[in-house]
Amino acid sequence: MNDTGPKSHAEIDESVTQKQELSGLQAAIRTQPFWVLISIVAIGIVMSFVSDVFMTERNLFNITRNFAFFGIMALGMSAVICTAGIDLSVGSLMGLTGIVAGLVMQAGYGIGWGFLACMSAAALVGLVNGVLIAYLRMAPFVVTLGMLAMARSIAMVVSNNKMIYNFGPDQDLFEWIGGESVLGVPNPVWVLIILTCVFWWVWRFSTWGRWVIAIGGNAQAAKLSGIPVERIVVSVYVISSLCAGLAAFLMVGWFGSVTNALGLTYELNVIAASVIGGANLMGGVVYAVGAPIGAALMELIRNSLLLAGIDALWQQFFVGLFLILAVLLEQIRNRRRN
Amino acid sequence: MSLLELQGIAKSFGAIQALQGVDLTVSAGEAVGLMGDNGAGKSTLMKIVAGNFPPTAGAIRIDGREVHFTKPIDARENGIEIVYQDLALCDNLTAAANVFLGRERKRRLGPLRYLDHKAMFRRAGELFTELKSETRPRDLVRQMSGGQRQAVAIARTRLSDPKLVLMDEPTAAISVRQVAEVLALIERLKETSHAVVLVSHRMPDVFAVCDRVAVLRRGRKVSDKAIGDTSPEEVTGLITGAIEQA
Ligand SMILES: Nc1ncnc2c1ncn2[C@@H]1O[C@H](COP(=O)(O)OP(=O)(O)OP(=O)(O)O)[C@@H](O)[C@H]1O
Ligand SMILES: [Mg+2]
Repeated sequence: MNDTGPKSHAEIDESVTQKQELSGLQAAIRTQPFWVLISIVAIGIVMSFVSDVFMTERNLFNITRNFAFFGIMALGMSAVICTAGIDLSVGSLMGLTGIVAGLVMQAGYGIGWGFLACMSAAALVGLVNGVLIAYLRMAPFVVTLGMLAMARSIAMVVSNNKMIYNFGPDQDLFEWIGGESVLGVPNPVWVLIILTCVFWWVWRFSTWGRWVIAIGGNAQAAKLSGIPVERIVVSVYVISSLCAGLAAFLMVGWFGSVTNALGLTYELNVIAASVIGGANLMGGVVYAVGAPIGAALMELIRNSLLLAGIDALWQQFFVGLFLILAVLLEQIRNRRRN
Repeated sequence: MSLLELQGIAKSFGAIQALQGVDLTVSAGEAVGLMGDNGAGKSTLMKIVAGNFPPTAGAIRIDGREVHFTKPIDARENGIEIVYQDLALCDNLTAAANVFLGRERKRRLGPLRYLDHKAMFRRAGELFTELKSETRPRDLVRQMSGGQRQAVAIARTRLSDPKLVLMDEPTAAISVRQVAEVLALIERLKETSHAVVLVSHRMPDVFAVCDRVAVLRRGRKVSDKAIGDTSPEEVTGLITGAIEQA
């Protein structure tokens, strides 16, 4: 190694030592979810003047319910992205798991079996993704792109391309879980709130969370520290799939029917929500609150365009715009830091 | 009986023969300097002992018992700690998180086990103070100077009470004051009958703390002498090849 001389290092040490530690609020201000939250509030304020409908209970109810599904999936996607991976299969997986749940319940099994089948199918797909990526060292993009095609195809085959709307003995309960609300808050939103708290705890206090973040930072160093890198990477893809399965279960209950087209192209929205919420595609960065906040911003844009009377065809344009702005913001903040 | 005994260690990476027939013994309470030109095979030898990869040929014995490490934890469980040349740190984690990476301290709340941040910050802070390093446990490694990073890597070896500490150029990027601390640490390790292997390009460091110095040249050991029986000039000659063997 080259020796740059002791003096310069002493000086660097000195300058670093003089930096003060950040307080909680200062630390929060530096995170992406904080700024996205600010823009959500700003858009909300503007919209409350533009449209009388915006602030109504009914509209807010719809907004939160709509983004809950994406938020749930973005929580899992954020974990994958934190390991510098990507999961393109979540949309197709919604179709597959939704059909599986539907078929099982249509056959006369109770909701417990339906849920179990739904989540097992999800876990299996996640396991295949994870093993191919972690042990065979294939690129996450390629593996999950392949799975995107395969899962959708299997969904078409097992559903025989038919819609399912008969969910057996527990139909009412199933539709209540996905479609109704408790204390004025839609059930999927409750699920999102609980899961966000769980993930917040996991990222902050669990060894698993710490290890996922370490792998995203430097997989080689994590490996040398004795972290079972392959097993953790597999688990991350399983978690992402389980989140997609759960979202599908709730969404089918809300719709009251399912076709194999469920979740078509949702992967793009989920990835966008994660990235807007602060997940960095280079890995090593994750915020639990980022997923719901990112999903909320996207739904807010959609809702606002609708209420402002702008053609719905513009919707994807603005989602893409915010995605690029989010990454740009991250870049600028990074550059300033260095 | 030696604490560590390497016999006929060879390692090839495809066509590259990085090590060939290397013997080396290290006893408790002894510090051995390992020197050699860039690419001589020093880091490769350290990584074999630390369990990063197995040797192509040869035997490793610890306390006379032959061991076969397949992963770094195997070596750690046998009382071997290492400071890697590239430090192997996660830039996105705090200093304390890096020190405890892979062996986090946890607390229990009923069935729930959670990270004990407070204990880890406190212990990491103590270790940095011990190393006289101005490293704050809560700082991200990304924002740290070279010396502070090195302190983090060295502090990791202090978590357990290892028998043998391998240091691959631990003083390459640090200030005079911190070099003195690392050397003092090596002295302390020796006094408490730990063994140390110090890989370094800095002749004065090696001659200050090591009892023996071994020289590698193109994957072969060309010299292994007590410090008193050799000189910086001779070692320099051995490293460059001006002296063939000693
Ligand atoms: N993983 C690897 N794959 C292929 N070749 C390797 C690998 N690791 C080391 N080598 C080769 O083995 C030889 C010895 O490398 P090593 O890192 O042990 O040298 P070193 O003595 O530590 O040098 P330096 O003083 O520069 O750190 C070099 O020729 C290097 O290119
Ligand atoms: Mg080296």
